[in-house]
Amino acid sequence: MTFTNGIRAGLSIAIGYCPIALTFGLLAKTTGLSMWEATAMSMFVFAGAAQYISLTLISTGVDPILIVLNTFVVNIRHFLMTASLNEKMQPDARWKKAIYAFGVTDETFSVLATQKRDNIRTSFAAGVILISYGSWVVFTALGHVIGANLPAFLQAAMSIALYAMFVGLLVPSMKGNRKVALLALFGAVIHCALYWSGLLSTGWAILVATLGSAILVEILYARKGRVA
Amino acid sequence: MEKWYWWIILGMAIVTYIPRAFPLTFLEGRELPPLVSGVLRNIPFAVLGALIFPAILFVQEGNLLFGFIGAVAAFALAFAGANVIIVVMGSIAVLAIYSLIG
Repeated sequence: MTFTNGIRAGLSIAIGYCPIALTFGLLAKTTGLSMWEATAMSMFVFAGAAQYISLTLISTGVDPILIVLNTFVVNIRHFLMTASLNEKMQPDARWKKAIYAFGVTDETFSVLATQKRDNIRTSFAAGVILISYGSWVVFTALGHVIGANLPAFLQAAMSIALYAMFVGLLVPSMKGNRKVALLALFGAVIHCALYWSGLLSTGWAILVATLGSAILVEILYARKGRVA
Repeated sequence: MEKWYWWIILGMAIVTYIPRAFPLTFLEGRELPPLVSGVLRNIPFAVLGALIFPAILFVQEGNLLFGFIGAVAAFALAFAGANVIIVVMGSIAVLAIYSLIG
């Protein structure tokens, strides 16, 4: 669980971020952000979905305050993720945790939280985060400078990368573990129901689906444990 | 609007950092009730389900079949026991071939 192991574990994220960051750089340019502004956003915000949405809002001339508020709502799910991650990480000085907390995204969280062992080293997390962050920032700048995407067929094919990674992280934990399979299934079903009913925006929908599934399954298993 | 860009970036940076940093620093060294701790340990798998579906089907706008093929490839590789990087590269390869011949 060293820094180098972390880099290796984060490689799929770096690959998956490449097409998304390139496109973000390109879109930022067409929206009117300079290379420095686009790159700074990736450097200081480091949140894919929120950054994409902000471009749409900037181009439609939405009030900056609303853009910031919307960003908060989109990222509110990270409260759950970092609270969960805290159970998994080695205890460490608060200032170190405050630093790597910046690098928690859906993707880095997924890689860290699905590690078989508890007490994940801070250096391992640093490796996962650094390679992901590096890819995100560098490819944002490149997308803006080159002003072009990968060839269309490759761009399309690579858009599966992060989802394939989520699948690759989930399935091994699911094998022979009904609780894990149930958690993923409920999370997926609730999110799909919320999505197609149009009840909640994406930021809230993921939060509600995740929390709903996690609580439901926990109660289900707590009750089962008492009966048995 | 241009002069606002840096302020927007600053604001976004702050509100993105809060939900990331608050739980990790605030909960450090605190023992949580078993039920809460159990729920928190369930989060990773619940969130993976919610992150994958339905979004994996929408990777290419207006073409659900494209995402479906990618999803089948990813699950097939993962259930066959391939490690994460093979699942990622294999799914990309399947879709690249599909878009080239399709």
